[in-house]
Amino acid sequence: MIYNIPYLAVAALILVGLYGVVFKRNLIKMVIGVTLIESGVNLFLITLGYRKGSTAPIYTSSPGGLMSLPVPQALTLTSIVIGVAVLALMLSFVVYIYRHYKTLDARKIGGEDE
Amino acid sequence: MLEWFSFLETFKTGSGLWNPLVWGVAAVITFLIIYIIRGQGKKDYKRDTEQTKVFLSGNPEFDDKEKMHVKGSNVYWGFMETLQGVYKTLSDMHTGVVSDYVLWFMIVLGLFLIVLVGVF
Amino acid sequence: MFFDNLPALAVAVPLFGAFLTPLVSKIGDRARNVFVILVMGLTTTVVFLLVNDVFTNGIQTYVFGGSYQPGETVIRIFFEVDGLSAFMAIIAVVLPLVAVIYSWGFMKKETGLDKYYTLILLMTTGMIGLVLTGDMFNFFVFLEITSISSAALVAFWVNKGKAVDAGFKYIVISSIGALFVLFAIALLYGQYDALNMAVLANSIQYTFLDKMALVLLLVALAMKAGIVPMHMWLPDAYGCAPSSVTLVLIGATQASLYGVFRVVFTLYGRELTTAVNQVSLNVLLSVFIVALALATIVVGVLMALKQSNLKRMIAFAAVAEIGYMILAVGAALSTITVDSNTGVTMLTESGEMALKGGLFHIINDALDIGLLFLVAGAIYYATRETSVNKLGGLARNMKYTTVFFLIGLLAVSGMPPMNGFASKLLIYESTYQINPILAVIAILCSILLLAVFVKVFHSVFLGPKLSVFKDTKEVPKSMLLAMGIIAIVIVFFGIFPELVVNNIVQPAADALTDMLKNGLYVKAVLGVI
Repeated sequence: MIYNIPYLAVAALILVGLYGVVFKRNLIKMVIGVTLIESGVNLFLITLGYRKGSTAPIYTSSPGGLMSLPVPQALTLTSIVIGVAVLALMLSFVVYIYRHYKTLDARKIGGEDE
Repeated sequence: MLEWFSFLETFKTGSGLWNPLVWGVAAVITFLIIYIIRGQGKKDYKRDTEQTKVFLSGNPEFDDKEKMHVKGSNVYWGFMETLQGVYKTLSDMHTGVVSDYVLWFMIVLGLFLIVLVGVF
Repeated sequence: MFFDNLPALAVAVPLFGAFLTPLVSKIGDRARNVFVILVMGLTTTVVFLLVNDVFTNGIQTYVFGGSYQPGETVIRIFFEVDGLSAFMAIIAVVLPLVAVIYSWGFMKKETGLDKYYTLILLMTTGMIGLVLTGDMFNFFVFLEITSISSAALVAFWVNKGKAVDAGFKYIVISSIGALFVLFAIALLYGQYDALNMAVLANSIQYTFLDKMALVLLLVALAMKAGIVPMHMWLPDAYGCAPSSVTLVLIGATQASLYGVFRVVFTLYGRELTTAVNQVSLNVLLSVFIVALALATIVVGVLMALKQSNLKRMIAFAAVAEIGYMILAVGAALSTITVDSNTGVTMLTESGEMALKGGLFHIINDALDIGLLFLVAGAIYYATRETSVNKLGGLARNMKYTTVFFLIGLLAVSGMPPMNGFASKLLIYESTYQINPILAVIAILCSILLLAVFVKVFHSVFLGPKLSVFKDTKEVPKSMLLAMGIIAIVIVFFGIFPELVVNNIVQPAADALTDMLKNGLYVKAVLGVI
C-alpha cells in the first residue's frame, strides 16, 4: 500500500489543478492550477522509474546492485524546463491583461464584442 | 518523371468521374454561345435613358450612398429570425472564459473514458 | 553528406535561422527580411528534396548521434519519415514561406519585428519536427515548442487587450492538452519501456492502461485540432492574431490533427480489430469520431453565419472544414474488415476513397482558408476596419484582392473548377456509400458555407461607392505576390486533381493503412520481426 502513495499524490495534484482552472475566476489562480497539473505529471514520470531497494543511477563504475531507471529522470527535467517557459509566458500575459483591463476577473474580460 | 499526358487524366472517385479540362472546354463553349445570343441585342433598347438606371424597387435613391447600402449583418435577416432559439443556445455556449473551455474538455474526456474504457 | 542528413537539416536550418535573426536585424530592416526569406527558401528546398526521396524510395529513417542497423536495440531518438509525414511536411513548410513573404508588406509599420520573425522561424521548426519525428517524447517537445511560439505570436498586438487575452486562453488550453499528452506517454512508457513509435506499435497489447492512454491522447490532440465542443479557443486565437500568423497557425492546427491520425492508425494499428464488448474497436472509435465531426461541421457553419467580424467568421469556417477531414477519415475507419478466408485486413473501396478524400482535403483546406485570411488581412491593412457592417463597395479600389477573394470563396465552398470541389466530391461520394446521412449533412453545410461567404462578397466588395473609402488603394506588391502564389496553387490543384491525388495523396493514404497490412513502419526500425 505504501508504494501506491505517489500515485495517489499524482491523482490528487491533477484533480486540484483541474479544479483550480475550471472553477476559479482569478487569472492567477488559473495559472497556479496549470502549474499544479504540471507538477502532478512530473511526479508521475519520476515515480515510474523507481525500483524497490535501488540506488541512484549516477555511477560510471557501478558497485553492483539495482538502480532506478534514468530515462524518466531525463524526461522529467525536460518537462520541468518546458513548464518554466510556459509559466513565464502565462504570467507576462496576465501582467499585460491587468494593465489593459484593470481587473483580473476572468468573467469580466472574457466577453466578446460581437 | 511526369509524362505530359498524366496532366490530362480523369479524376476517378469510386462511383463517378470528373475531368476539369472537359468541363472547362464545355464552359467556354457555353459562354461563347450565350455571348453571341445576347450580343444580338433587343429592338427596344435605347441608350442613356431611364432604362439603364439601377433597379431599386421603388425606393428613393440618395446621393450619400451610405444610407442605401445593405450592411453585412442584415443580409440574411429571415434566416436568423427563424433560427433565433438555436442561436441563443449556441451563443451562450461560446462565453469567452477559459474555465468553460477546459470544462468542455473534461466533459468529453469523461464521456470517452466511460464508454471506450469502461471506467466506472 | 548533405543528402544523407536531410531530416536533421529540415529541423536545424530554421532553428539556427531563428537564433541568428536578432543578430542580423541589427544591420537593418531590409537585410533581416531578406535573410528570413532566404532561410525559409532553404528550408523549403531541403523539405522538398526529402519529400521527393520519400515518395520514390519509401520510408526514410534517421538516427541522431550515431549509426544504426535495423534489428539492434533502439536507444537513440529517431526521425522516421513515411508518406503521411512527407505530406504534412509540405504543408508545414509552404505556409510559413508564404506568411513571411506576406509579412514584408503587411507588418512594415510595426515595431518589434525581429522577435516576430524569430518566433515564426521557431514555429516552423516546431511544425516540421512534429511531423517528421518517430519518437513519442520528441513529439511532445515539438508540440510544446509550437504552442509556446504561436501563443506569443497570437498576442503580438499587445496594445489591444483582446489579443493578449486570446493569447492567454490559447496558452492555457495548449498547455493542459500537452500535459495530458505527456501523461499518456508516461503511461505507455511505464508499460513497455519504449518511447519509439515503431517499437510501441510493435509491442502494444490492448490492456486497461493502453485504453486510457488512447483516450487521453485522442481527446487532448483533438482539442488542439479544434474539434467541437473543444473548439472555442479557435475563433479567439485566429481572430485576434495578425493575418500572416493565422496562416502559420492553420498549419500548427493541422499538425495536431496529424498527431491524431498517427496515434489511431499507426500506434494502435494492430489492435484496431480487437473486440470491445462484442463490438470491434474501430467501429466504436469511428462512431464517436463521426459524431464529433458532424457536430463540428454543423456548429462551425451556424456560428459562422452569425458573426460580423470578418476574421472570426473565417475562423468558424475553418472549424467546419476540420470537421470534413475528421468525417472522411472516421468513416473510413469503420470499414476495416478482416477477410475470414485469407486473414488479410483491408478497407472496402469506399473506405479507401474516403481516406484519400480526407487527406486531400487537409492540404486543400490549408490553402483555401489561408487565402481567405490573407484577403482579410489585406482589407484590414487598407481600411483599418474589421467589421463587415462598416465596409462596402471595395471592388472599385482593390481589384486584385477581389479576384483572390472570389477564388477563395469558390474553393472553400467546393465549387468547380477549384481544388475544394475535387476533395469534397471524394468525401461526398465515399461517405454516401458508408451511410447516406453523413453525405446529406456534409452537402447541406457546404451550401451554407457558400451562403456565408457570398454574404461577405456582396456587402464588402460589391455595392455602391462609399465616401469613407475614397482613398483606399490597393495593398503592397509583396502581399499581392503571397496571395497570388496560393491562388495559383489552388487553381493548379483544381485543374489537375488526378495528378495530385496519385502522386502526393496516395503515398499518405498507404502510410495510414500500413500498419494494418504490411508493417513497413515497424520493419524500417526493427528489421524483420
